[in-house]
Amino acid sequence: MLALAGMSNSFAAAAAAGSAARTFPIVYLRETYPGPGIMPSLLETHPEDEGLAGAEDGTAEINTTGKFLGVHFKLYVVTLPAGADVAAQAGKVFAPGPAVIVSDLRAADLLKLADAPAAKKALILDMRTTDDSLRQQDCRANVFHILPNQAMRADALAQFLVEKRWSRWFLLQGPTPEDAVYAADVRRSAARYGARVVAARSYDYNPGSRRSDTGYQQIQTQMPLATQVGTDYDVLFVADETDLFGDYLPYNTFDARPVVGTQGLVATAWTPAFQSYSALQMQNRFQQFAHREMTERDYGGWLAVNIVGDAVMRGQQTSPAGIRAYLRSAGFLVAGFKGEGLTFRTWDQQLRQPVLIAQPLMVVSLSPQAGFLHPDNTTDTLGFDQPETRCRLAP
Amino acid sequence: MPSRALIARRATLLAFAAVLWSLAAGGRASELFVSNEVDDTVTVLDGDSYKVIATIPTDQRPRGIIETPDHKAVLVCDGDSSNIDVIDTRTLKVVRRIDTGPDPETLATSLSGDELYVSNENNALVTIIQYATGKWITQVPVGIEPEGLAVSRDGRTVVVVSEETSMAHFIDTKSWQVVANVLVDTRPRVAVYTPDQRYLWVSSEVGGTVSVIDPRSHQIVHVINFQIPGVDKQYIGPIGIQFTADGRTAFVALGRANRVAVVDPGSYEVEKYILVGQRPWQLTFSPDRSKLYVANGLTNDVTIIDVSSEKAVKSVPVGRLPWGIAVVP
Repeated sequence: MLALAGMSNSFAAAAAAGSAARTFPIVYLRETYPGPGIMPSLLETHPEDEGLAGAEDGTAEINTTGKFLGVHFKLYVVTLPAGADVAAQAGKVFAPGPAVIVSDLRAADLLKLADAPAAKKALILDMRTTDDSLRQQDCRANVFHILPNQAMRADALAQFLVEKRWSRWFLLQGPTPEDAVYAADVRRSAARYGARVVAARSYDYNPGSRRSDTGYQQIQTQMPLATQVGTDYDVLFVADETDLFGDYLPYNTFDARPVVGTQGLVATAWTPAFQSYSALQMQNRFQQFAHREMTERDYGGWLAVNIVGDAVMRGQQTSPAGIRAYLRSAGFLVAGFKGEGLTFRTWDQQLRQPVLIAQPLMVVSLSPQAGFLHPDNTTDTLGFDQPETRCRLAP
Repeated sequence: MPSRALIARRATLLAFAAVLWSLAAGGRASELFVSNEVDDTVTVLDGDSYKVIATIPTDQRPRGIIETPDHKAVLVCDGDSSNIDVIDTRTLKVVRRIDTGPDPETLATSLSGDELYVSNENNALVTIIQYATGKWITQVPVGIEPEGLAVSRDGRTVVVVSEETSMAHFIDTKSWQVVANVLVDTRPRVAVYTPDQRYLWVSSEVGGTVSVIDPRSHQIVHVINFQIPGVDKQYIGPIGIQFTADGRTAFVALGRANRVAVVDPGSYEVEKYILVGQRPWQLTFSPDRSKLYVANGLTNDVTIIDVSSEKAVKSVPVGRLPWGIAVVP
């Protein structure tokens, strides 16, 4: 069911009329995807309100500012059932008129939503995906991306490793198409920053039942076999985007080497361990609001809603088209606890941002690393820069 | 815990040392009190030699630090301990703790020093406290992550900036009501009245600007931008602001740009950038205003700027992550 009853897009009209109490609607759109199944670690959990809690907390916060300015933001939560026909449902979502959507959808569904005829004049803030394809050949003019994509993450780790002089990498690639994309990103990063992939191996790990009393013995046998390459290397770079086996690798590799990539030392936009640049206050506020730790997806939701708040209250925009133009302009800048203002790359509408380098309990560093230079903006050393973009946005 | 007798003995020794020092030096020079956020200490530097006189243990996460109008005490907010440490400027000891409510970040006093204004960063509140008794007079709800405070010279207005809400809130000190809210650039940190009280300057760390507000109309009349050759725009994070007594020069600490900007408040032109240590946040004048002291958070030192020549003279080491500086004559 679409819970959009009562939503109207009369904000622009109310604003034009100088109405005292203006309500600006934001639609939060998600689908009930089947769970990821049993994760290798019992400590890895995915709360049911992951992402949504971030968007709700963000809405409460922009309403604090709004209270002083006579603006109220209302978050309409729309949950599609598993396997829903997103293209068909889009018609209902956009029935009240062009809308601002915070999308908690996966890449394939996000594309269906963005390509629906009714979405042409909408603004979609993608708070979830990290897929390179959506920033490259599958980019869309009505979609803005909040979280760093795969290539940004690979570059963020690569800069850190090169700064450490750990520049000989053993690339261990899992079986999924996403793993192949990330593995290609790792090779690209190596070429960009003067590191070398000295060994590479595909690993078709069968997760099996995941739970057994003799799991340790099995893993302790399998992982050294998978990682015995006979070539000296500095770090094992794992490409396992769906968490099949990467978390088994640390301390189980054949050689005594650190594990980085999709597991081990990771690149991420957020971790509950981050406390710099006022992030500590954000962690406290989120804990009070949601009674749990803030995940990267929660951060994506929080930031997406804050971007809308900024465009409406500081940018004085009232329509999806106006907000889109504002987000692409030099006047836009949003704060996201990274020590610098975050802005959108105009060529692929990806949010430029420093990326955290983190191990499970601690943030280790923040990339870009000192010494990696760029003629315009140092943060554009992460991911797809303008000269190499394959995105061709319709004007 | 040291015994009471031991504390008394230490205090006596220190007082004795202080007497000797004042005899030798012909009166004590001014002193700098630097809050070290990570060390849970306040470093006391001699205002002439810049040598460390004392390192005073505080409660947890000391940040905002000021002297009382009578110079008898230095007050420091202990964010993670929810209180203010009162440091006796004669004995250089914490002599009292005042409960502030959660996460105090910065503070200011009323003109008389009778009242303390404290920003509670986690709770979106300003707490008003009677200094003599520690009693809470009231709490004023403001925007999220309140930080810098400014008090108008007529004592009628307290301004607090809220980082997450990006506003300057004007609070009336009779009614304790918020009477105006001004939206400024992203993540404001510090508010300072110009010496002639005609304008209020508010620094926005992430926005990278200083907003000049007319405190009567509550309108922004000018926005100051900073451009430094060779420094990416996103590293320019204005925070601490100080004016010379004649109001003709303003100094603005620029955070990760590692510089202090010298601004002409008449034309709003930036005249110069003075290179200091890494990530300067707060800055404070010496009592005669001939020197400007800058706390550098990432290099764990204080840079001393000669005000007349607008040059950095030297940097002296303090504790880890120095946050702010109070100066007592």
